[in-house]
Amino acid sequence: MKPLQRKLWRELLHLKGQMLAVAAVVACGISVFVSMSSVKYSLEASRQRYYSRFRFADVFVEVKRAPEFYREMVSRIPGVASVSTRIIADVTLDVPGLDEPATARLVSIPEYRTPVLNDIFLKKGRYIEPGKPEEVIVSKPFLEANHLAPGDHISAVINGRKKELLIVGMGLSPEYIYEVQPGSFFPDKRRFGVFWMSRRALESAMNMSGAFNNMSLTLAHGASEKDVIMQLDNLFRRYGSLGAFGRSEQLSDRFIVDEIKQVGIQITFLPVVFLAVAVFLLNVVLRRIVATQRDQIAVLKAMGYSNEDVGLHYLGFALIPTAVGSVAGTLLGAWLGRGLMNIYGDFYNFAELVYYFRFEDVALSVLLSFGAAVFGALGAVRKAVQLPPAEAMRPESPAIYKPGFFDRESLRSKIPVSLRIIVRNLERRRWKAALSVLMISLAVAILVAGRFTYDSTERMVQVEFNEKHREDVTVLFNNPMPPSVAYAIASLDGVLEHEYYREESVKMGFGHRSRRQSIRGMQSSEGLQRLVDKNNRQLILPPDGVVLTNTLADILGVRVGERLQVDFLQGKQLHREVVVSGTIDEILGLSAYMNLAALNRLAGDGGALNAAYLRIDQAKAGNLYTTFKKMPGVAGIMMLKAMKESFDELIAQSMTTSTLILTTFACVLAFAVVYNGARISLSERARELSSLRVLGMTEAEVSVILLGEQALLTILAIPLGFLIGIGLSWLLAKGLSSELYRLPLVFSAYNFLFAFSVIIIVSALSGLLVRRKLVTLDLVEVLKTRE
Amino acid sequence: MSSSSTSSSDSHHHPAQVASDNPVLNISELSKSYVMGEVQVDALKSVSVKFYAGELVVLLGASGSGKSTLINIIGGLDVPSSGKLFFHGREITAATEAELTAYRRRSIGFVFQFYNLISSLTALENVQLVTEIAESPMSAKEALLLVGLGHRLDHFPAQLSGGEQQRVAIARAIAKRPELLLCDEPTGALDFQTGKLVLDVIEKVNRELGTTTLVITHNASIAGMADRVVRLRSGEIVEDRKNPERLSPSELVW
Repeated sequence: MKPLQRKLWRELLHLKGQMLAVAAVVACGISVFVSMSSVKYSLEASRQRYYSRFRFADVFVEVKRAPEFYREMVSRIPGVASVSTRIIADVTLDVPGLDEPATARLVSIPEYRTPVLNDIFLKKGRYIEPGKPEEVIVSKPFLEANHLAPGDHISAVINGRKKELLIVGMGLSPEYIYEVQPGSFFPDKRRFGVFWMSRRALESAMNMSGAFNNMSLTLAHGASEKDVIMQLDNLFRRYGSLGAFGRSEQLSDRFIVDEIKQVGIQITFLPVVFLAVAVFLLNVVLRRIVATQRDQIAVLKAMGYSNEDVGLHYLGFALIPTAVGSVAGTLLGAWLGRGLMNIYGDFYNFAELVYYFRFEDVALSVLLSFGAAVFGALGAVRKAVQLPPAEAMRPESPAIYKPGFFDRESLRSKIPVSLRIIVRNLERRRWKAALSVLMISLAVAILVAGRFTYDSTERMVQVEFNEKHREDVTVLFNNPMPPSVAYAIASLDGVLEHEYYREESVKMGFGHRSRRQSIRGMQSSEGLQRLVDKNNRQLILPPDGVVLTNTLADILGVRVGERLQVDFLQGKQLHREVVVSGTIDEILGLSAYMNLAALNRLAGDGGALNAAYLRIDQAKAGNLYTTFKKMPGVAGIMMLKAMKESFDELIAQSMTTSTLILTTFACVLAFAVVYNGARISLSERARELSSLRVLGMTEAEVSVILLGEQALLTILAIPLGFLIGIGLSWLLAKGLSSELYRLPLVFSAYNFLFAFSVIIIVSALSGLLVRRKLVTLDLVEVLKTRE
Repeated sequence: MSSSSTSSSDSHHHPAQVASDNPVLNISELSKSYVMGEVQVDALKSVSVKFYAGELVVLLGASGSGKSTLINIIGGLDVPSSGKLFFHGREITAATEAELTAYRRRSIGFVFQFYNLISSLTALENVQLVTEIAESPMSAKEALLLVGLGHRLDHFPAQLSGGEQQRVAIARAIAKRPELLLCDEPTGALDFQTGKLVLDVIEKVNRELGTTTLVITHNASIAGMADRVVRLRSGEIVEDRKNPERLSPSELVW
């Protein structure tokens, strides 16, 4: 090794604390970038692969019942590549070990295995055998959540008749990557599953021979989805179609696409922060190195080392920690990415969720980091290169201090000398001090933003599971029921309170904009179900008109007081107008609410009910559930408590993980900035501080001067960090919001307290580390060193 | 100005040099002023002087007399405000940055008051810094043997005494076999005994290698070891005399 290289290595080793801090910041940035981009790519690639391998359809139509020959007709529509028809029905299940009924979505498949659209990936077991109508293939999450396996039996109530089903296979489908019960946002693996069953068996059980109620099709390359959908709507309107829709409205796909988009947002935001801090740290550290090595630079130049030699040597101080950080970050990123993919694997049911760790991502992030390193080091390196050797030989001229703000007569006497030293130091290098404050505040901001998503989710749970809903169970009817069903339900033993709603599918239009949407007719907004916005404010439903969620109103471009066009898609299919009587900023989804009576009037019929909210006597719950399992009109029940539990289980895990990662990274950031700051000020002022010790100051007094500066910077950084954190959260909330959900902007006091405590602890720790160095300073030696 | 051979029977004395009009260094009307803080300093005022091959010259002057500035310009570390400097007839004052680097690399050896060793490198490695980039250097070990530090090769500067550090610095300066050895207050930070030891080494190098040597000092007692003494005051040469005979550093007293 050449002597100059040896010098570099030894000095890097000597400065290991600071260099590790730089490397750690780089590693954090790279690991976030690498893991997030590989996750994004892996999700996208897995989705694409899954879709094309199992022929996921492009367009979907749901009808009440349409004759099979329409398949032929549709296949002749220009732009349609292939068509398949199915029978799909939601039925109740009696799951062993589960009191309440679960819901199965029965999906028909050909008796003989042939390639179809939305095909099944058979994970375990076998395909159904022809002539055995009891055989079913069941979705993996449901089987696993209920500890069932191929070979087990399960009974279902199909069209009012109890049937014993034999599970023969465990399957997955691109249609249900996100497997969630219709009308729900969160998966409840125990109580909802997809069952694939022979078409013949379903035809006979549902009285659907020669007919279908679900059609899916793929489009030819270059075909217009919009045109095909229009033709399908014309064809199937009379068969009770609620309108054909493309993948973008397919629930499962929408969740995945949203997720991928969100990962993309995180790729941009965190690494940028880390790179910025790395640039700052390298700049400060290198400037200090060059300043302390002025005489060495001079000597190297005097010996005949060229400017390039010297420049490269000092650039090495930036490049090597960056290289160390890059390697560590890449490894950490690969590991984190794999971990994140596992979490996604719990959420999303891919046939195979392949984790692609891409060289391109690593290369790009490493390249960016080195770019940042060079950028950060440039000023200092240029200084080393341009330093005229003769001038370098002389010690740096003493820093110039001028009376500052705190030196006004009125203030001076009130400020102790040690504080005056601190303040003058900061005043002298305002920019550096300001940047230090900014960097520490970025760490605070990341903590705040990380905690914000947590708070936001808490709020979501509170609003969705506590405030909006007070029922114990929702009973979903498989067909609209006459209002008289209320009497039947009220008479059931154990029902304490009951309330109903009607759900009508309509096409809403305003001006040239329109959208398929359902209107929920509520009996009351003050009973079991209430209207609560994302800020936890309750809204009373007006007796007339329709209340839209803000996002829906924005999509339609309609404002309160304006009249909305409403086309009912079922029943009498009336065209009506209704006044928008209010808007509500809800957390989840797009909704429209009306008073039940008003909706009944608008629909022009005697009224109908789609579901009941019940509060029940828990002591009699078992009997009630048994009754529901047998009731032919019941498609399924949803239990608030169970949904909350499964939400907690799923979300809490990923939330805890991401909060932990962010907290760790923010700590690294804060530590790196504060520790480096203190180390540098120790190196700059060792002589001065030793002189003060020699003059009789105690260790503690000297520590105050040294660490007081960092403490002051940290204290200034905290409120600024809160502000930046709030801004960052706002951006995050905006970026992560979609039609599916909006993150409410909430900050608990705990959030700020947490960020505050973390920063104080981290700062105190790095202060202590530096103080140890201060205490071990050899007074005489320091005074002897020339600088 | 001309120089003549100063032969003597003195055993310390190096082989007689030839009087010639081909000086190693020819300095003509060199001036240098710079601004320090808020003060303008005229460090050199139109200095003209020549140095010849093999000479050991002591540049004497008080602090601020301009001697360091002069030696820095001679060594290609600094550029004058006006005037010319020729090294073997080549104008150094007209050299580019790259040429200056090559000049320092090839022809100049520096010794500083504060040794300026790289603290993270051992004695041997500090010397290797030079042998690494020089054209036909002696080995680093050889150079350290020459200054009497053969037993301290792997010690770090912090493990060496001041005198030893300065000898490492001398070894580092001479390892490349420079034509000019420039020593800026080489004993300034050393006590009397150690200082003499260091001067001994410098004298030995001058004698054995024939290296033209300029020693800057404010200590008039050192002048006795020189062939020639040039005295500076306030940026001007006020005296330029030859010593009738060179004293051995061990004979010096201060």
